[in-house]
Amino acid sequence: MKQKFNIITSTCVPLPLENVDTDQIIPARFLKATTREEKFFGDNLFRDWRYRPDGSLNEDFVLNNPTFGGQVLVAGKNFGSGSSREHAAWAIAGYGFRVVISSFFADIHKNNELNNFVLPVVVSEEFLKELFDSVFADPKTEVEVNLPEQTVTNKATGRSEKFEINAYKKHCLMNGLDDIDFLVENKDKIERFEQERG
Amino acid sequence: MANTLFDKIWDAHVVQKVEDGPTQLYIDRLYCHEVTSPQAFAGMRARGLKCFRPERIYCMPDHNTPTHDQDKPIEDLVSKTQVDTLAKNAADFGLTHFGMMNRKNGIIHVVGPERGLTLPGMTIVCGDSHTSTHGAMGAVAFGIGTSEVEMVMASQCILQARPKTMRITIDGQLGKGVTAKDVALYMMSKMTTSGATGYFVEYAGEAIRSLTMEGRLTLCNLSIEMGARGGMIAPDEVTFAYIKGREYAPKGEDWDKAVAYWKTLKSDDDAVFDKEVRYEAADIQPMITYGTNPGMGMAVTDHIPTTEGMSEAEKTSFEKSMGYMGFAPGEALLGKKVDYVFLGACTNGRIEDFRAFASIVKGRRKADHVVAWLVPGSWMVDEQIREEGLDKVLEAAGFEIRQPGCSACLAMNDDKIPAGKYSVSTSNRNFEGRQGPGSRTLLASPLTAAAAAVTGMITDPRTLM
Repeated sequence: MKQKFNIITSTCVPLPLENVDTDQIIPARFLKATTREEKFFGDNLFRDWRYRPDGSLNEDFVLNNPTFGGQVLVAGKNFGSGSSREHAAWAIAGYGFRVVISSFFADIHKNNELNNFVLPVVVSEEFLKELFDSVFADPKTEVEVNLPEQTVTNKATGRSEKFEINAYKKHCLMNGLDDIDFLVENKDKIERFEQERG
Repeated sequence: MANTLFDKIWDAHVVQKVEDGPTQLYIDRLYCHEVTSPQAFAGMRARGLKCFRPERIYCMPDHNTPTHDQDKPIEDLVSKTQVDTLAKNAADFGLTHFGMMNRKNGIIHVVGPERGLTLPGMTIVCGDSHTSTHGAMGAVAFGIGTSEVEMVMASQCILQARPKTMRITIDGQLGKGVTAKDVALYMMSKMTTSGATGYFVEYAGEAIRSLTMEGRLTLCNLSIEMGARGGMIAPDEVTFAYIKGREYAPKGEDWDKAVAYWKTLKSDDDAVFDKEVRYEAADIQPMITYGTNPGMGMAVTDHIPTTEGMSEAEKTSFEKSMGYMGFAPGEALLGKKVDYVFLGACTNGRIEDFRAFASIVKGRRKADHVVAWLVPGSWMVDEQIREEGLDKVLEAAGFEIRQPGCSACLAMNDDKIPAGKYSVSTSNRNFEGRQGPGSRTLLASPLTAAAAAVTGMITDPRTLM
């Protein structure tokens, strides 16, 4: 969904696992949909960690722990590895997350988040560890994610970091524009390229 | 200026560089399957757009297709809807579609190269991470999300940040029983699943040059499992011989012109890569995975690592993985009972993989307790199997050949490994639940899978060769 992005201040949901792959974010059996209903994908986010095989709620999993909540998911390094399924980004957005913070993202998933107006924020290992510690010590800990300034701040400790995003994508996120709008406006350039190449 | 193979192809496809932003890259081929395309077609309809270059787009269902009775309607109605939706979308947007039971159908990453649709020098994308496979032909090929599929439909272009370049050189000759799959699993075990993230990899060296086209396709297929944006191999005589005469390949004068161009597609001698990695072929053994990501692999004769020296975060993930697999740190896998064996997928569903599997099972019998699924990557592979008489060898050993598709690689059809069961699989991912909820996957080569199928346990295939 095209949602303009500016500054978000929110509590966090901590998921201190590394190499969380997109098969865990949304298992393959939920990829059979032919529509893009975010609620359906959001309801099945981390499905096999949220529910036991018999369908009962797995209270040990963080999404089922009422202590934690918010619009920011904080995850261990190499988040979103594996399959290119954009359904993973739809599930994250559909659940209500606007930001994912990690020390490292897989390439395709990172693009998929950006294309769905979910902001992937890459922080240092130290920042990530401290943020996990803050959130586990006090689940009311907030982070501020400031896209115009490209900063992320742990409000419990005051620690702040700059994060990278290219100016084009930042402009898209802040103004609710997507790449297709851009490309379709550039058709003359594409046709010229085709002609020159022969 | 000296250029890498990747630079040469990428630069030839740049439409424009967006200021302080991504590159607008022209795409020669878009492949679409039924899972990651419906929402892109829906987006096109919502915007009132037509496909900009429909002749560059090829569609085929593969993920949901059952591996039996493909001539009958798909029983799973949700799967059927998705497969039917692709056929309708292809018809509505004027795209080429190889539907189920069409002799050109199969797994998209097997069909592209074998039909001559994938050619050196091309840029190729698909809403599928294993699009990296096509890089084996000397193409820049990478997986994309559904929004990006829609971009390409709308404009035949994609906006992408230019990745960094990495060369992985493997010196020397591979030993007995060591295949392209083992090379990939070995590299992943050294580099981890994120070791090549942000990079486009070129594979080079004597061991790579000696691989057949099928082996190269297997190797490049698995590039994404190290996190790489893609993997590629410079085209050579092996590549040209493979392509020549294939249905969509250039013919006559066009062929000569194409080959002359393709011969320029190699990294210049003094080209500089952002990163260089070297391995010795002699260090690579038949491999198997023990954990829940493809980087958790070891020689089949080895022991699972212990948690010694791991950080707290690594330990948490490792112990979760061991709990899921039912393995203990430090234990060996040789001799462990196996319940299922899967031969197939875009990784190892080609003719050479069936030849390798058959070479082990020939004159032996499938272990009684093992359920084996042998799934050709395409109808063309199926035909080759029968032409070469491999079907007779396999059937005599108690195996049955199923119909083509992605099958148990990700279990979107009925081919699901039950919870708690161990599967030695030639596919590409051993993630939790990948082959069905609760399934436990051990990735290996077709040789190691065949050894497990006939002995009923994890076995070093070299002992049967």
